[in-house]
Amino acid sequence: MHRPVPRRSGRGLTRGIPAVLSVVSAFVIWEIYVRVSGISPLMLPAPSRVLDQMVQNRVLLWNNTLPTLTATFAGFALSLAVAFGLSIILDFMPRVRHALFPIFVVSQTLPLVAIAPLVVLWFGFDLSPKVLLVALVTFFPMLVALVDGYASTDPEIEDLMGSMGATRGQIFRAARFPSAMPYFFAGLRISITYAVVAAIFAEYVGARAGLGIVILNAKNSFRPDIVLAAVVISSLLTLVLFAATALLQRTVLRWRDVEGHR
Amino acid sequence: MTALSLNDVSVTFGGIPVLDRINLHVEQGEFVSILGPSGAGKSTIFRLLTGAQPQQTGTISCAGRENGFAFMPQRDALMPWRRIIDNLTLGLEVQGIPRKDARAKVAPLLGDFGLADFTAHYPAQLSGGMRQRAALLRTIVQGRSIQLLDEPFGALDALTRTQMQTWFEHRWRTARWTTLLVTHDVREAVALSDRIYVLSRRPARVIAEINVPIPRPRLGRPPSAQAYEIETQLLETLLQQTGETS
Repeated sequence: MHRPVPRRSGRGLTRGIPAVLSVVSAFVIWEIYVRVSGISPLMLPAPSRVLDQMVQNRVLLWNNTLPTLTATFAGFALSLAVAFGLSIILDFMPRVRHALFPIFVVSQTLPLVAIAPLVVLWFGFDLSPKVLLVALVTFFPMLVALVDGYASTDPEIEDLMGSMGATRGQIFRAARFPSAMPYFFAGLRISITYAVVAAIFAEYVGARAGLGIVILNAKNSFRPDIVLAAVVISSLLTLVLFAATALLQRTVLRWRDVEGHR
Repeated sequence: MTALSLNDVSVTFGGIPVLDRINLHVEQGEFVSILGPSGAGKSTIFRLLTGAQPQQTGTISCAGRENGFAFMPQRDALMPWRRIIDNLTLGLEVQGIPRKDARAKVAPLLGDFGLADFTAHYPAQLSGGMRQRAALLRTIVQGRSIQLLDEPFGALDALTRTQMQTWFEHRWRTARWTTLLVTHDVREAVALSDRIYVLSRRPARVIAEINVPIPRPRLGRPPSAQAYEIETQLLETLLQQTGETS
């Protein structure tokens, strides 16, 4: 295994070029189509117009991004804490796991469209319904990842620790928990991409401020350019969160980088 | 002094007998091997000793029970997310020894095990032989009275295995760890052991107990006629067991 390992930054840049090219060319085609066809900006605004609107409405957009971010972070923090706590309980109590797991699966089958208005109805227009909805959407992928991750522990390592006289708690901390980390990050990456979308949807259903409200109002006043401006911001938020997760993963799972490289 | 003895130990898995009245003993400072065909239940004896398998009948007695066994599994079972030094101190950590003291205990042995320059590496960065040495050191530093080695060189390629066996014999001659080795490699058993127990097929019984009075070091030089004779004798006994006499 002596294959040369390219330097990470260089590899990242080279790999990024096709992606950037494809995105840029999609926008260029879009722009050209709008200009050539003369389609009304009320139907399909050009990317340049969307960008222009983002600059013009920057105060409005910024003021409404903050509540969305707050809901996203609070919901995600809640979801993370509950998923961790619950996963530990489920790992130590297989009976409870068997009893509760179906409920979590069912929680994933609930259509957000139906459940969001109900949550707003029950919890009002302030932060809590958004936090709950974000938590509901992001919770399951992380919980499943953790529970599966614990189960992936090498039985030889557990036997070895058993022969050393380790307690169940010691085995969990030293073997099962670290074994679950790669799985956890896979779940985390899925969850984080849902988080912003869930927050916006919750606002859409009922809120005083937020990107969801911007989208709702812009749609009602026939301003697709502002709708798209808000969409761009929500995508950027998700991308930033995704990148942050990847960075965290690289720090925590540094040992995986060395695998296969001598 | 007898470090460990098993008297009439039998084990049954779901009605199928696996161990049938096993009798064996290991003296202090002695190297004893258990040799048997694959799937004979050699590892079951280790599982009994480490407590992974509940005892059924017979008695197991060992000198200083509280200071029992250190176990080295077949594959190295190093934790890929821990650096070598933190893998080596795992057993001490489980015993509740503070990290600093545990590292201080490992440090003087690193040189002999050829790991001094690799403590900050992750297991994946080491060769198979080095990983196996790390696994052995992790076993030794636990300070238990008996070392249980479950085919410790079985997963290595032939060349590395020979090197490791030679190195191990050298280490063993200076340290004299009381050792019980499970293997199906006849040559390995003869090269390393003071005494060899041969197990039958399932249900495993002890069908032969053979002394190996060959002077050490035995490895790193052409095998003696005596070693060849014992190997032949063992191989014949084993082949009769598998029903494939040559």
